[in-house]
Amino acid sequence: MLVIHCPYCGPRPEPEFAHGGQAHIARPQDPTTTTEDDLLQFLYLRENPRGLFRERWRHARGCGRFFNAIRDTTTDFFVTTYKVGERPELPGGAA
Amino acid sequence: MSNLTLTRRSPHIEARSWLEPVQAMLRLSFRGGPEAIAAASTSFGVALPTTACRAASHGARSALWVGPDEYLLLAPESDDISVRTALTASLAGIAHSIVDISHRQAAFLLKGPHAEWLLGSGCPLDLDLAAFPVGMCTRTVYMKSEIYLWRTAADVFHIETWRSFTPYVVDHLVDAARECAA
Amino acid sequence: MKARTTAGGRVERAKKVRFTFDGRAYEGLAGDTLASALLANGVHLVGRSFKYHRPRGVLGAGAEEPNALITVIRDEARRTPNLRATQVELYDGLVAESQNRWPSLEFDVGAINSVFSPMLPAGFYNKTFMWPRSWWFKVYEPKIRAAAGLGVAATLPDPDTYAQQFVHCEVLVVGAGPAGLTAALSAASSGARVILCDEQSEMGGSLLSERNATIEGVPASEWIAKTLETLSANPRVRVLPRTTAFGYFPHNNIGLSERITDHLASPPTHLPRERLWQVRATEVVLATGGIERPLIFPGNDRPGVMLASAARTYANRYGVRVGERIAVLAGCDAAFEAALDLSAAGSTIAVIADARPAGSVDGPGILAAKAAGLRILPNATALGVTGKLRVTGVLLGIVGADGQVVSGETIACDAIVMSGGYTPSVHLHSQSRGKLSFDEALGAFVPSTTAERTRSAGFGRGVSGLMAALQDGAIIGAEAAAAAGFAGGSLTVTAQALDAALSGSPGALPQLAGPIPPAKAFIDFQNDVTTRDIALAQREGFESIEHIKRYTTTGMATDQGKTSGLNALGIVADSSNRRIAEVGLTTYRMPYTPVTFGAFAGPARGDQFDPVRRTPSHEWAVARGGVFEDVGNWKRTRFFPVGGEDMHAAVNRECVAVRSSVGMFDASTLGKIEVVGKDAAEFLNRFYVNNWSNLGVNRSRYGILCRDDGFVYDDGVIVRLAEDRFHVTTTTGGAARVFGMMEDYIQTEWHDLSVWITSTSEQWSVVAVQGPKARDVLAKLTTDIDLSAAALPHMGVARGHIGGVPTILMRVSFTGELGFEVNVPAEYGSALWEAIYAAGQEFGITPYGTEAMHVLRAEKGYIIVGQDTDGTLTPDDAGVAWAIGKTKRDFVGKSGMDRPALKAPGRKQLVGLLTDDPSVVLEEGAQVVLTPNQPIPFKMVGHVTSSYFSANLGRSIAMAVVAGGRAKMGETIYVAMPGGDIPVKVVSTVFYDPQGARLNV
Repeated sequence: MLVIHCPYCGPRPEPEFAHGGQAHIARPQDPTTTTEDDLLQFLYLRENPRGLFRERWRHARGCGRFFNAIRDTTTDFFVTTYKVGERPELPGGAA
Repeated sequence: MSNLTLTRRSPHIEARSWLEPVQAMLRLSFRGGPEAIAAASTSFGVALPTTACRAASHGARSALWVGPDEYLLLAPESDDISVRTALTASLAGIAHSIVDISHRQAAFLLKGPHAEWLLGSGCPLDLDLAAFPVGMCTRTVYMKSEIYLWRTAADVFHIETWRSFTPYVVDHLVDAARECAA
Repeated sequence: MKARTTAGGRVERAKKVRFTFDGRAYEGLAGDTLASALLANGVHLVGRSFKYHRPRGVLGAGAEEPNALITVIRDEARRTPNLRATQVELYDGLVAESQNRWPSLEFDVGAINSVFSPMLPAGFYNKTFMWPRSWWFKVYEPKIRAAAGLGVAATLPDPDTYAQQFVHCEVLVVGAGPAGLTAALSAASSGARVILCDEQSEMGGSLLSERNATIEGVPASEWIAKTLETLSANPRVRVLPRTTAFGYFPHNNIGLSERITDHLASPPTHLPRERLWQVRATEVVLATGGIERPLIFPGNDRPGVMLASAARTYANRYGVRVGERIAVLAGCDAAFEAALDLSAAGSTIAVIADARPAGSVDGPGILAAKAAGLRILPNATALGVTGKLRVTGVLLGIVGADGQVVSGETIACDAIVMSGGYTPSVHLHSQSRGKLSFDEALGAFVPSTTAERTRSAGFGRGVSGLMAALQDGAIIGAEAAAAAGFAGGSLTVTAQALDAALSGSPGALPQLAGPIPPAKAFIDFQNDVTTRDIALAQREGFESIEHIKRYTTTGMATDQGKTSGLNALGIVADSSNRRIAEVGLTTYRMPYTPVTFGAFAGPARGDQFDPVRRTPSHEWAVARGGVFEDVGNWKRTRFFPVGGEDMHAAVNRECVAVRSSVGMFDASTLGKIEVVGKDAAEFLNRFYVNNWSNLGVNRSRYGILCRDDGFVYDDGVIVRLAEDRFHVTTTTGGAARVFGMMEDYIQTEWHDLSVWITSTSEQWSVVAVQGPKARDVLAKLTTDIDLSAAALPHMGVARGHIGGVPTILMRVSFTGELGFEVNVPAEYGSALWEAIYAAGQEFGITPYGTEAMHVLRAEKGYIIVGQDTDGTLTPDDAGVAWAIGKTKRDFVGKSGMDRPALKAPGRKQLVGLLTDDPSVVLEEGAQVVLTPNQPIPFKMVGHVTSSYFSANLGRSIAMAVVAGGRAKMGETIYVAMPGGDIPVKVVSTVFYDPQGARLNV
């Protein structure tokens, strides 16, 4: 059971959270100009990195907020969590 | 059958030395931004806490922080009309949402020297007074059920569950309390 | 109790305890374990080995025991197999049995395996039980399981209760030996919350086995008592004996298994048998000590061969002599200390055969043994033992300067104690993803870097000697507390002990030269792995220790290599000319020792396994014999049988009643979400496929929700309660996920919208009143709602009161009949149900369940999302494309469903099917094919999604998804079934009242 830092409520136990997949996937804004490739990227293609990963969580059984996290997939340790709309740099300047 | 009256039936919670059912009350889910929060604080008569996971009370009314734009407002049922009227008036023209959830939830008090221990049988939060002080409130889990948890005194927790989850939560607490009885 | 000493130890000599083992009655003392009590009675033979059924005795004195696995039986439902006799506390009336033997422990037919052992080498199963394939599960698996095995579990339900507890602390100290106790003391002195757990019944660890050690000037036992007093008096310290830290989970989440009543003769009924603690510790101190290694020589598994530390524990702690004439095999200085203690307990030390490499410096143990005049044979090795059910002697060899071994004398003895050095117990450190490094001087792996906020202390990290361990614990404990924000903890402590060195050389003892290692020198006692198995694995090309582990099974299963791991590495290193550090280490798995299923299940069993959500009509339905089905966590009434009806009869009656008069249905489980805000309509425009801007207040509309990939996700009726307020209904199962999806789009996509959502699923109880007489029934209940067709048309909504209670009355129908759904605040739901039932009596109102609901909606071709759709149907595929708001710029799923592949011809479409034979009801899920009698494999073009017998139509009906189905109207296709392909005609999904005349009345 992980401890996850909700940006609103602080450190809380994993059962309160729901995982939301990769973060910062932009939904195509205008259907008239959305190409099939845009949709492919948006709907299906996801990273599966070994190491740091930006991902979404929702404090579903807490404050209800969606937020983002940077987690190391090799250790399950979080580098940081942040609110929707923010995008802190990764340590080492990676994307 | 114009003289028909529907009987109200609340979830049955058996009172015990450590468990006290809370009578029916008005519950409103209040949503809104800072302006709405300020207006509601005045008209509801309780300053809606802007600190996360904190509750505030004035008289019989309480406001529990649930999320950054979400509060659970509690008041006696008899205040139903007056509370709604006052809130509606003060919030005119301000974006907000008020939804009646009085019947969605049922409440009870978990109290006494074993309260913290009993809650720990299914709630993974740190309930030590230093970590979860009096006046703290939050939505969390007990076993597989979501609960609203509010510490109203060092050894008293106000707990709300969605009504259909009440027997599940209470039965598990009763189960856990068996070893405290002797 | 012929092997009991006259005084000393921690047993209560005045308290006799009776027990039976394999039906024979024995007497032990309070404070005994089953193992110590058996040994006190001279019983060494306690089990048969896993594979070869070799007779086995007690090897250890604690969790490391691989041989003495027994079953404790309280009653038929309380049989606990595979317990280590060394950890079973004796209680009066305890009944234990040995395992894996037939007909008896002394004469075991299965021991024939030992004769055939040349045919049962490592990898035997993998090589032999290959063909025929069909025998894998039917023959090989059960036979192998039966022949090679452990104890048998009870088959009755477990009558005991199990508790679980979450607990938090700043410092968790695992292990209450010398380092653990001082770690807990110094951490607690800082004011931090401390939990100290130990798997044993008493705290003290190795101190409990000490004869002469003193701490702070008093005997160790006195110091333990004083220390526990101090700890127990501190309200921020929790001391947990009989509690095994079995697993180290991420973020310092440690699983503890506490055995609460297993040691009691009559467990109080209010106590759980065990408790699973889930500890969240800011910092962890692992003071797990170490485990002595056996020496590897032929016959090292015979009953009477034992670890020196265990023999010492039996003598010093339990007052038991493990033999009257004992041969000591020393691969480590500690064996000499053991010899001294065994001698002090009254045993004769026949010889101390020093198997350590020549040139070792005499440590304090060897000096003391010499001073005591014990016979020491240097440069010795063990070549074999005599005796089968108990050793009678040991054949020693002498290692020459050239490394060659020559046979020596046979020493008569009734016990052989051995020490190959000590292995720090790094299981938890390893589970926490901490790294290990090989300590050449110690001859064992010790913790190096950590991943979690954890520290090892004492011998757990290779610190030997009592004083050093005590001081290490004190320092580490204070460090841990300080790291958790509680600085200032400290403790000084002094001690005196013999402090024999604990180092050794893992691997096999030198043997007479020969091409093949001698048989039956055991490495892993529990899994019956010998040196020969390791050699074979290497000969067959397995080099990685992970592969060798799996091929030979060494270090696997419940034992997790406690006594065997390092020895196996030593042998592999020797034979492959590598250093142990190069061979590396296999990963330790949780649990450290087995944990019962009961502890993991805890109180989540039976009715309390999952929340059981009951509807307002539940009690009413129970009282009338309603039959329930699970829908998510909800119990919904499936049908209401009358007078012994079966389901078919009840459903037919209920369906006919709804269409001929009126029926009532509890629809409370539907998900409900109130959407509020000035942009509520715009939100729904973007979220659902439909257009909502043009929905009037107090009107409702059927909505379809897709995911962004364009596939149908949920559906439901949505009511506009006010300009800025909508009452959205979802499917019962979809309530939570639709709510979460709405939050997702509101919070992360559409920041421009002023809208909030609130779940009201449980705020409202809903009764559906459906049928031609529905209006008449409701007319009796309400005074302030105009029910006329003009005032309340189909999909209209009225607000008013029923029985004085505010009501949302929706004129909606999932049956195709005139219908209403009555919403009242939930606590009036059961009364509403009863009131409608009473009011409907004169019309013969019929309560109906979910089964009739399914039939009625299928007669009308109304889909059920998740049954007629499966996440791969677009609204068009499902025949509900009419719901899509054609003029909307965007909505969830718009671009997705516009992809060419989702509009291609030949997609599976929902159609109706009618069998040629009206009495044939198709199987849901059956495959649809275009022509019968095709060569296998058939080309499958779809499947049946819904299929019922319709009493109203007097025939079967079905819906199916069929490739290009809508273009096949009127055609005959087939449903493939084992009994033959069933011809069906493709028809519209609307089987009943296609004009909808019955709705608009």
